[in-house]
Amino acid sequence: MNNRPDNIEKDLSEQPNFKDEIGSKNQDHHTFDLGNQSTLKKIQHFLHGNPTIVPVIILILSVIAFGFIAGGKFFSAFNLSLIVQQVTIVGILAAAQTLIILTAGIDLSVAAMMVLASVFMGKLSVEMGMPTLPAIIVGMIVGVATGAINGLLVTRLRLPPFIVTLGTWNIFFALVIFFTGSQSIRSSDIEINAPLLHFWGERINLGGFVFTYGAFLMIAIFVFLWFLLNKTAWGRHVYAIGDDKEAAELSGIRTDRMLVSIYAVAGLVIAIGAWVSIGRVGSVSPTSFYEGNLDSITAVVIGGTSLFGGRGTIIGSLFGALIVGVFSSGLSIAGLDVLWQRFALGCLIIIAVGIDQWIRKVSN
Amino acid sequence: MEPVLVAKNLSKKYGTVVALESANLELYPGEVLGVIGDNGAGKSTLIKVLCGAVRPDSGEILLDGKNVSFTSPIEARTLGIETVYQNLALSPALSITDNMFLGREIRQKGFIGKFLRFLDQKAMAEEARKRLSDLGLLTIQNINQLVETLSGGQRQGVAVARATSFGTKVVIMDEPTAALGVKESRRVLELIGEVRARNIPIILISHNMPHVFEVADRIHIHRLGTRLCVIDPKEYEMSDAVAFMTGAKEPPKSN
Repeated sequence: MNNRPDNIEKDLSEQPNFKDEIGSKNQDHHTFDLGNQSTLKKIQHFLHGNPTIVPVIILILSVIAFGFIAGGKFFSAFNLSLIVQQVTIVGILAAAQTLIILTAGIDLSVAAMMVLASVFMGKLSVEMGMPTLPAIIVGMIVGVATGAINGLLVTRLRLPPFIVTLGTWNIFFALVIFFTGSQSIRSSDIEINAPLLHFWGERINLGGFVFTYGAFLMIAIFVFLWFLLNKTAWGRHVYAIGDDKEAAELSGIRTDRMLVSIYAVAGLVIAIGAWVSIGRVGSVSPTSFYEGNLDSITAVVIGGTSLFGGRGTIIGSLFGALIVGVFSSGLSIAGLDVLWQRFALGCLIIIAVGIDQWIRKVSN
Repeated sequence: MEPVLVAKNLSKKYGTVVALESANLELYPGEVLGVIGDNGAGKSTLIKVLCGAVRPDSGEILLDGKNVSFTSPIEARTLGIETVYQNLALSPALSITDNMFLGREIRQKGFIGKFLRFLDQKAMAEEARKRLSDLGLLTIQNINQLVETLSGGQRQGVAVARATSFGTKVVIMDEPTAALGVKESRRVLELIGEVRARNIPIILISHNMPHVFEVADRIHIHRLGTRLCVIDPKEYEMSDAVAFMTGAKEPPKSN
């Protein structure tokens, strides 16, 4: 019994030395690393600090590659502007998706939310005689509300965003079928009753390049979100939550309230996308954009945003969407079957996430 | 001299486990109060109550003589009790400046600040640089570099600079040297000295006896959920403190 305190005493006096030893070894290792940085390490560090570089490089390389494979047809003003038109909707969805993924979440319901909002806009203005602008505003509110519902479920029930949005995806999709009775609202009816819904589908010709207004709106959304994310406290908090939610909470950020607002902002962006989608497609179809959820995630991931949150840029997602567009266009001009487009896209996703994982190792 | 922070008769039970039983603590202006205790002595519960992370079942906390209660670390912080957590609570992917101002950013003046809510990133960077150089941490070259590129000691420095920057009355430091090497620990101990020199009292929780004995003015020894005694590190040996902590030796009679 008398020996015990001595032992404990000895233990305790040895403990700090033990810790210090480990610490100093780490330190030496650290300086060693810095002294002998290989080129690969330098590249890794550079990419880590500039996450948008990877998608930019992939975009440039893929444009050049398809220029060779598909020839002049690919580089025609018509084709290049067609790519931009085609990525408009997925681009807008990807912008919203980026916000969610930056918080270390994921939103499987974006496309269903968009179709639901577009159904409200179309139904109210075309079939129920509401003036178009108020109908659009109702659609926007639907977008914000459905986003907020996702956010509330994630924060209140403490469910993983994957599960919440897997659930709401199905719910929103069912609501779409319920409200429309699986019937599309025809383009000609929209043109007669609510032409404003087609506004973003209007085209302008800039020296051979044909752009829809919607494409400009998409760019505007990205620029707006860039400012929001980089120049406001709200934006910094998006990153902080995705980086380390607990640390953000301890720093004084009301993380739950923030998350709901992030999902709601994403909902608003998606609802804007709903309006643009009516112009792009012409009609309101309850079964359209069924693959929009996964396409938007693909664009974000290829754009260099980490699925683990806190890392990535909004502009990267724009490049990500463009890369997907370039691949689809290039491969189809080159005469390859659609199945190879999907094949290439799959490879691209795995490569993008692989690069992301490799870059992330820097911090350890 | 009046204490800055007083805890009186704090009690906390988790089910049938008594974590705190009528625990007391006093922190005086400008001092470093070391808090030591064996594992399970209730030391960390005491600290969690003081920083707002845990609500006590009973007892009261006085800050500058006024009764205070808080339901979250954020509330404790607004009252001037800042905590440097063991995991530092920094966001590694954000810059030093972003981290220092996280949750209390400076917005630009006029329209773009008030309505567009733009941040005044220049003012924040300048302020952050000033705070760091005040604490002798100018070795950090680029104030906008990401926190994950900093060493453990530098991160500790950023966390301490943040904790001492906003009208702070009390700083609680939880195991600040636990994850650090010899040189970095030394730097953090100097940092504690810098903070004390600016007349901000510190509660230092640590398992590292030599560190506590080196920087603490008084040492609060916690045992079985309550304060056993407070000793002056100049009058006792580390072995005495360990003996008190483990119950091998009777503590000195307190006044």
